[in-house]
Amino acid sequence: MNWKRSFLTTAAVGGPLIALLAYGMTRDPRDIPSPLPGREAPTFARAAFVTGDHSALRVPVGDTVRLHDLRGRVVVVNFWASWCLACRGEHSALSETARAYADKGVRFFGMLYNDSEANGRDWIAEMGGQPYPALSDPGARAAIAYGLYGVPESFVIGADGRVAYKFIGAVNEPQLHQLIDSLLAVPTTTPGTRDTRSIPVERSGAPVPP
Amino acid sequence: MTRILGITTIWIALGMAALGIVVGVLGLLRKRQELVAAALQTVYINFVLLTVSMAAMIYGLVTHDFSIGYVAQVGSRSTPLFYTVISLWGALEGSILFWGWVLAMYSAVVVYANRKREGGLIPWSAVVLLCIGSFFYILLVGPANPWHLVTPVLADGPGPNPLLQNHILMAVHPPLLYLGYVGMTVPFAFAIGALLSHEIHSDDWIKLTRRWTLSAWAFLSLAIVAGMWWSYEVLGWGGYWAWDPVENASFMPWLTATAFLHSVMVQERRGMLKLWNVNLIVSTFLLTILGTFLTRSGIISSVHAFTTGTIGYYFLAFIALCVVVSLVLVAGNSEELRSEGRLDAAASRETVFLFNNLFLTGFTFVVVLGTLFPLVAEAFKGVKVTVGAPFFNKMTLPICVSLLFLMGVGPSLPWKVATREQLRRAFLLPGGVALLVAVTCVVSGMRDAYGISAFTFASFALVCNVREYVSGAMARTRAHGEVFPVALVRLVAGNRRRYGGYLAHIGIILVAVGITASSSFRFEREATLAPGQVMPVKGDLSVRLKSMWGKEEPQRQVVGADVELLRNGVVIGTLDPRMNFYRSQDTPVPTPAVRSRPAGDVYINLMAFTENGQSATLRVILEPFVPWIWFGAVVVALGAVVSAWPSSRRSMRRVNASAHVPSASGAGGYSIPGAAVSLQASASPTKSS
Repeated sequence: MNWKRSFLTTAAVGGPLIALLAYGMTRDPRDIPSPLPGREAPTFARAAFVTGDHSALRVPVGDTVRLHDLRGRVVVVNFWASWCLACRGEHSALSETARAYADKGVRFFGMLYNDSEANGRDWIAEMGGQPYPALSDPGARAAIAYGLYGVPESFVIGADGRVAYKFIGAVNEPQLHQLIDSLLAVPTTTPGTRDTRSIPVERSGAPVPP
Repeated sequence: MTRILGITTIWIALGMAALGIVVGVLGLLRKRQELVAAALQTVYINFVLLTVSMAAMIYGLVTHDFSIGYVAQVGSRSTPLFYTVISLWGALEGSILFWGWVLAMYSAVVVYANRKREGGLIPWSAVVLLCIGSFFYILLVGPANPWHLVTPVLADGPGPNPLLQNHILMAVHPPLLYLGYVGMTVPFAFAIGALLSHEIHSDDWIKLTRRWTLSAWAFLSLAIVAGMWWSYEVLGWGGYWAWDPVENASFMPWLTATAFLHSVMVQERRGMLKLWNVNLIVSTFLLTILGTFLTRSGIISSVHAFTTGTIGYYFLAFIALCVVVSLVLVAGNSEELRSEGRLDAAASRETVFLFNNLFLTGFTFVVVLGTLFPLVAEAFKGVKVTVGAPFFNKMTLPICVSLLFLMGVGPSLPWKVATREQLRRAFLLPGGVALLVAVTCVVSGMRDAYGISAFTFASFALVCNVREYVSGAMARTRAHGEVFPVALVRLVAGNRRRYGGYLAHIGIILVAVGITASSSFRFEREATLAPGQVMPVKGDLSVRLKSMWGKEEPQRQVVGADVELLRNGVVIGTLDPRMNFYRSQDTPVPTPAVRSRPAGDVYINLMAFTENGQSATLRVILEPFVPWIWFGAVVVALGAVVSAWPSSRRSMRRVNASAHVPSASGAGGYSIPGAAVSLQASASPTKSS
């Protein structure tokens, strides 16, 4: 054994390769920044198929929810599906946050993604109901407009109608609270003056690829 | 219950492996034979344990036991039984379990097949295999645990990825790939085992390694082509290779293994390239692990990438460990791996092997570079780039063409030195044929330099390799009075290794012709048709949309088009391209319809349709010679089987004896006793023409 040669070769050949691969682990090739934060939220008009339990959030079944009509309010749109495991995990966090902020005018909507309404209804019943209404998205038009990569993804829209934040994967409850608080603190009279483009996209948990 | 059984067996296997490693190393260092024997037993035990675990998983999948994490992830009550079983390798955890099983199986075969062999090589190799095995067991109890409990238990699951339940080849491609990929672990274990046991100088280990590499290589070759075929039959783009990182991941070790299979002959014949060969074996294994890391860690964006978790870190640590251990061992022993012989002349077979290795490793380097470049670019420039087909095609086409040329030159040259006369006789006929092909290409209007040279060198190499069979058999007919077919069979049987190699060459040439023709002469046309409408395609060929139909299946909806293929207005066949809509999948999965004939395929994909069935958009692609690729792969594998098939003792002696016939006896270095002499006496007609 020639240990000197061993050591030198290993350091010269193995070192850079391992360093490069280790560096790769810190990057995510799919992390192409979403262009949505800071931009006007794509509008949608979608019918509710589950009303929601909370009196302030309730929408009768069959009524159409138009994002445009909600200008001036903070809106949270959560894309989910009954076949998505991570959606189960975030359900209680979303429900509690929706309940906590209902009286402050914040509106939550669950947008069903690529699933049947019957499955969605059963799922919500199985989860013990939810305070906010569920909307159906035939043809996945809203999902396409929001550039959905997988479920769950949640979009937080400010009073100015701009996307303030995008959660990929399950929402992080403290961060969601903090975010809504900061959006509620912005005066609604000056829409569009806040530059939110620098806000990064939050990533937590593994999103389920569609 | 199934779940507990499945995970417990893996834990025991991990314990067994640890025990086997400790006891084995102790026994080897202290030369205690009974300890070594006990360590080898753990290899068998682990094979049984992994088999039980895998059977439990299949049972869990078939019985829809959704309390098992993996079943909840890929299972669905509506998925047909067949696809439920093969979803074993449809996602990360299951594929790691399958990997572990294949490795345990190979390890057991290695130990069993060499149970009578003396010395430290096999025990040390078994220790290496146990180490690598325990890495996979750690994955299975840690980040890739397929057995984790899901509560509450779901009533149904999402089913496997639709792309993976759409074609029968999904039952073929992954197992072949694992057999090839994991098979490359065994030569690595032999190499490290030989270094550790100081048996690196024995010819024994290199013979053993050659045979294992050859069989793994054959599986890998078939797997790569099966993957191409799957992509062609399922994805609807009419292509079969896209230089995707994962395709590259399977291709890189194939290249280095191919290089090894050639350069090992130089070591056996001339005692040269010892260090180089060890490096090739080690690189091949490291490239399989690197490829797996790239796919499973998600550091490089790829269509094949599975959802990822922390598994990437485990792989990174494992790669680092393997790189360090192999580099330390190989570099530390490099003095002992000096060549015994040296190159005698520029025109000799070993020179061709050197060039072959140069081009193959260059090829590997280009593919590694292209695959890792996005990472390098981000590390040094902070930019996101993708490296696509144009880079790879531009860089590798000259290499491919050169390799085709060498494939003809190699078999035609003798070892050591070729005389001028030998060269003239060797290349007159193939050179003439190649020239004829080149002229035909140009006259018939081909202008693409690579296309022309690919056909030219392919024909050159084909003539060279086929001639080896023909003239060898003819020499036998003259020498022994055998009829030609008998002579041919006896010729191959007498030196299987050599003629198996030529058969593999012929297979590769067929693949090369298929690829060149289908990419040079590809023709496609797209149109939207109403039922009854005809669309002219090319020449006298046209298609008519007959009707549209829809069908409900438990796991999907299928929309199809019945399309008639017309030649001069006469129906010569019907095709039914389809589109499948799976639950929980956004984009539909196409099933293109392919009408395959040796001269080429008619490939029809249903691109779009109106919902009431009033019209359909069809893309028709004509791809000449595509089936040659699939057929060529079978020939390659056949060549490997002929070459690797264990010889009976008697024929082994015969081969050994023939190896000592002076190679100056004939232009091709014919090594059949008797045949060589008669060749000298009366030059065969193929030679003299």
